[in-house]
Amino acid sequence: MAMNRVSRFFLYFMLILAALYALAPMWVMLSTSLKTLDEIREGSLIAAPHAPTIEPWLKAWGTACSGVRCEGLKPFFLNSLLMTIPAVLISTLVGALNGYALTHWRFRGSDFLFTALLVGCFIPFQVVLLPMARLLGAVGISDSVFGLIFVHVVYGLAFTTLFFRNYYIGVPGELVKAARVDGAGFFTIFQRILLPISGPIFMVCVIWQFTQIWNDFLFGVVFAGSDSQPVTVALNNLVRTSTGVKEYNVDMAAAIIAALPTLLVYIVAGKYFVRGLTAGAVKG
Amino acid sequence: MAIPPSDRWLPKLVLSPTLAASLLFVYGFILITIALSFTESRLLPNWEWAGLERYDELFDNERFWVSAKNLAIFGSLFIGISLVVGLLMAILLDQKIRGEGFLRAIYLYPMALSFIVTGNAWKWLLNPGLGLERIVQQWGWTSFTFDWLVNPDRAIYTVVIAGVWQSSGFAMALFLAGLRGVDSEIIKAAQVDGASLPTIYRRIIIPSLRPVFFSVTLILAHIAIKSFDLVMALTGGGPGTSSDVPAIFMYQFSFTRGQLGVGAASAVMMLMTIVAVMVPLMYAEARSGRDR
Repeated sequence: MAMNRVSRFFLYFMLILAALYALAPMWVMLSTSLKTLDEIREGSLIAAPHAPTIEPWLKAWGTACSGVRCEGLKPFFLNSLLMTIPAVLISTLVGALNGYALTHWRFRGSDFLFTALLVGCFIPFQVVLLPMARLLGAVGISDSVFGLIFVHVVYGLAFTTLFFRNYYIGVPGELVKAARVDGAGFFTIFQRILLPISGPIFMVCVIWQFTQIWNDFLFGVVFAGSDSQPVTVALNNLVRTSTGVKEYNVDMAAAIIAALPTLLVYIVAGKYFVRGLTAGAVKG
Repeated sequence: MAIPPSDRWLPKLVLSPTLAASLLFVYGFILITIALSFTESRLLPNWEWAGLERYDELFDNERFWVSAKNLAIFGSLFIGISLVVGLLMAILLDQKIRGEGFLRAIYLYPMALSFIVTGNAWKWLLNPGLGLERIVQQWGWTSFTFDWLVNPDRAIYTVVIAGVWQSSGFAMALFLAGLRGVDSEIIKAAQVDGASLPTIYRRIIIPSLRPVFFSVTLILAHIAIKSFDLVMALTGGGPGTSSDVPAIFMYQFSFTRGQLGVGAASAVMMLMTIVAVMVPLMYAEARSGRDR
């Protein structure tokens, strides 16, 4: 479409303005995290640090107080890893098998079953928190990373099943039927025919689950004990724990530390992240 | 062909743990929560029937209405502004832009962040003493004040600001995908007929994005109703209870105030809100899908 130079210039101006708006908070966080408190008090919010210091980062990672513990975010960052990695792997694998069974091994009621499972994508989790808290307590895994893994797997299954079901429904049924004629069974067909073509959807699903579980706060704050808190909960406590002077630089360093894993995933595999978001959107 | 007997029950066996988990932890737990909301439960579950007493308590609680009103304010502004900004950004990006992929990546990265991180970033940016207010003052507008974060009448709008920042890129991504799906023949035909670019957008392209509007609205509404972490990190529901939302109300009554029954009743209200928003939207979408 023809456009004159003035409107072309205006177009780029608007787009760059929008990019600056998106980047500004991250820039301010980063520059604040590298400043001394004196410079924060005297300088400008958006200016780059005069004499960058990594002191706030060291403190946020290793010695800042979150609640009663003064060991920085490090132990909680590890909690998040211990919680996220198994929960992502389990929920993704089960979702893959579910999606496969629901598309290529249909039985009476399997479509209804799928619809019934989907409800799990829509409920506000508040409506299951109270019974789940009782259950975890009764089983003895409340206040532990195991409890959090369990909860994230259970409430992630609806999404992972949805991802794989929508992907596998595009795989021609003839392929599976031919393999069955040749005598291949349920798992053989999954392993030989479906798995080799599942790379992209595994990426989408793993990234989606990783982002969801790493970023979760609600389950973490309700079900975790002080030793099993994920990093999001610890970050919130760290920012709220004020002993004397408010250390904005440490707060910002801590926030970036908590955000780093998902940001890294986004930078490395942004394509799949976007696909997951749109796939999640199609569910509507 | 001979089907091995194991193939008859294996698929069902594979699905059974998920089915059991869904029946128990989704449907069962919803029923338990509903049941709890009709009991005498306070600090501990107490299964003595109380009828609608917990709901009476809930509806008599001023704080509940504050949180409901805040959800209405936050939800409508958050959804409305994200839709407009997202659509605008998508249209601007759809003009054969150099470096489109790069810009798109920048617009969308906030979506990878936790709401806790976003909340803390904006809490710092909006800090009345040291944040935006001071920058504008340093730029020469010395009387400028921006105290929304600590102003009970304005605090909920800071949640809108941070929420829109995080989610408008997401709306942009979905709208852009929708724009790429519009039939270019129709656009060419309209151009031949002499229609101007804004007219083409207003009359042809934007109306054809209807399904995208539905899905974006649906997801944003879902995020809004569940919003908990963003508010916790940004305002903590304060000053006082001025920026409370239902998710915070539910959390505090259930887990810090020992009012299980009232907490359960508020959770049920949240579920009903989601149903009330989702069902008409999905119905409308399904119907418009049939018309096409």
